[in-house]
Amino acid sequence: MSDFVYDLIGLTAGVFFILALKGLSHPRTARRGNLIGAFGAGIATVVVFFHGEIKNLWWILGAIAVGTIVGVPAARKVQMTQMPQLVALFNGVGGGAAALVAIVEYLSLGDTATTAEVIFTVFTVVVGCVSFSGSIVTFMKLQELMTTRPVVFPGGRFVIAATLAAVLGSSGWVVVELGTTPLLVVAGLSLAFGILFVLPVGGADVPIVISLLNAFTGLTVAASGYVLQSTLLIIAGTLVGASGTILTRMMAEAMGRSLFGTLFGAFTAKPQDTSGVAEDRPVRSGSPDDVAILLNYARRVVIVPGFGLAVAQAQHTVRELADLMIAKGIDVAYGIHPVAGRMPGHMNVLLAEASVPYDQLAEMDEVNPTFGQTDVAIVIGANDVVNPAAKTTPGCPIYGMPILEVSNSANVIFLKRSMRPGFAGIENELLYDPKTMLLFGDAKASLTKVVSALKAL
Amino acid sequence: MEALTPIAVISIFTLSVFVGFEVVSKVSSTLHTPLMSGANAIHGVILVGAIIVASHSDTTLELTLSVIAIILATINMIGGFVVTDRMLEMFKGKKGETK
Repeated sequence: MSDFVYDLIGLTAGVFFILALKGLSHPRTARRGNLIGAFGAGIATVVVFFHGEIKNLWWILGAIAVGTIVGVPAARKVQMTQMPQLVALFNGVGGGAAALVAIVEYLSLGDTATTAEVIFTVFTVVVGCVSFSGSIVTFMKLQELMTTRPVVFPGGRFVIAATLAAVLGSSGWVVVELGTTPLLVVAGLSLAFGILFVLPVGGADVPIVISLLNAFTGLTVAASGYVLQSTLLIIAGTLVGASGTILTRMMAEAMGRSLFGTLFGAFTAKPQDTSGVAEDRPVRSGSPDDVAILLNYARRVVIVPGFGLAVAQAQHTVRELADLMIAKGIDVAYGIHPVAGRMPGHMNVLLAEASVPYDQLAEMDEVNPTFGQTDVAIVIGANDVVNPAAKTTPGCPIYGMPILEVSNSANVIFLKRSMRPGFAGIENELLYDPKTMLLFGDAKASLTKVVSALKAL
Repeated sequence: MEALTPIAVISIFTLSVFVGFEVVSKVSSTLHTPLMSGANAIHGVILVGAIIVASHSDTTLELTLSVIAIILATINMIGGFVVTDRMLEMFKGKKGETK
C-alpha cells in the first residue's frame, strides 16, 4: 500500500472519530456515534498491517488477542455501579501504552533522534505516566480499596511541587544528555507525581479527575503521533485532548466547582466544625408502613436517586413503586442531580435500564422550583447531592455545589443503609430535620417492603 | 515516508483542537459519562502506534515493551468501545428525550 493511500485511510479514520464525538453528544445518535468511532479505530488498526514491513507479526497478533480477552469480558461483565472505575482503568492503561510506545521509539531511534522528537518523547512519557498512575489511584478510590477522602499529609503541597520540579528538571536532563537512564528516571518521577496529584482529591470530585486524565492521555497520543509521524494519532489524540478538556470543564461546572478547587481544594479547605458534633443527636426513623401511608396521601412525590440505589440494584423496584403511585393518581417525578452516583449521568443510565420513561426524569434546574409544591421527597441512597451544607457551610468540601433542594418539600424520606455520611464524608444536617423520616436498610429491601405496604393500603 | 513538517503538525494540531472544542460544546449532563467513555476509547487508537513500534522492534527489550503496549492499548480501545456501547444500549428505544 502506498504512503498516500495509507495516509488517506488514516484521515478517513480521523473523520470517523470526529463524527463519533459529534454523535456521542446527542442522545438519539449516541450509540451510532460510538459504533462509528469503533469502526474508525478498526480500519485504522487493520491498515497498519498493510503498510511497510511488519516484523514480529505473530507477537503483535498474539498481544492483540490477549488484550481482547482481557478487555472485552471486563467491559461486558462489569456492573453499572463499577463502570466509572472501569473507565478510569481503561484510561490509565491507554496512558501507559502511550508512554511505552514513546520509550520503545526512543530506544530504536537512539542517537538519531532530533531535539523535537526527544521533547515530544519526554512529553509523552511524562503525561502518559501521570495519567497511568493517577488513573490507578482514582480506580482504587472508586473501588474503595483506599479511603475516598482527600489524602493530605503535612507539607504535601511542597512534596508535590518538589516532585513536579524534579519531573521538569529530569526532562531537561533527557533533552540535553539523551540516554535511556534519564528517560527511566523521568518515567519513575512522573508515576510518583501522578499518585501525589490525585491523592488529595476528594471522592466526590474523582469523576472530574478521570475526565481530566482522559484529556491528558489524548494529548500524549497526539505527541506520540508526532514522534511516529502518524497524522492519525495526532488528529485522534488532539480531538480527545480538546474535547476532554471542555468536558472536564462542563463537569466541574455541573458540580459548581472550579477545576482548581477540585485539584487543590484539600490544601486550602478550612477544617470543618460539624463533623464531631452531630453524631449523637436524635433522628426520626420510620417503618415501611409509615412511609407507605405518607406516600398514599401525597399528591406530588419526587424521587431522588443516588449511589445507594445503584449499589442495591434497586432501579426496577423503584420503578415499581413509581408505577404504583402513578396508578393511585399521584404525580411522580425523579429528580436527577447531574452528578448523583459516581459519575455524571450515572442515574439516567441506571433508570433507563429499568425502562423508566424519560418524561419522568427531571433535571436539577427543572425540579428545584417544584419542591415547594411537593408533599414527599424520597431520597434513595443519595446524600451529598441533597446536603444543605453545600449552601450553608463555607469551607466544607462540597460548598458551592448546586444541590437538589429537597428540604423545601413538606416531608423528606431518606432511605439509607446507615447514618454514615456520603461519599464526600460530610455530615448531612437534613437527616436531623423534624420533617425528615429515615428508613434504614438496603434500598432494594426497603423499597420492596414499601411497595407491598402501599399495595395493601 | 516523508517527515511531517513542523508547520503541518502545528496546523493539524490547531485545527483538531478547534474541532474537538466544537463537537462537544453543547452536551447534556446525561451524556457526560458515555461521551467521556467514548473519547477514552478513541485514544485507544494508540494501538496503531504500538503496532508500528512493535513491527520494527529489533531487540528483546523493545519487543517486550511494545507487546505490553499493544496489550494495554487493545484493552483501552476494545474495552472502551464495548463499555460505552453497554452504557448507551440502555438509552435505546426511548422517546421523549428533548435535550
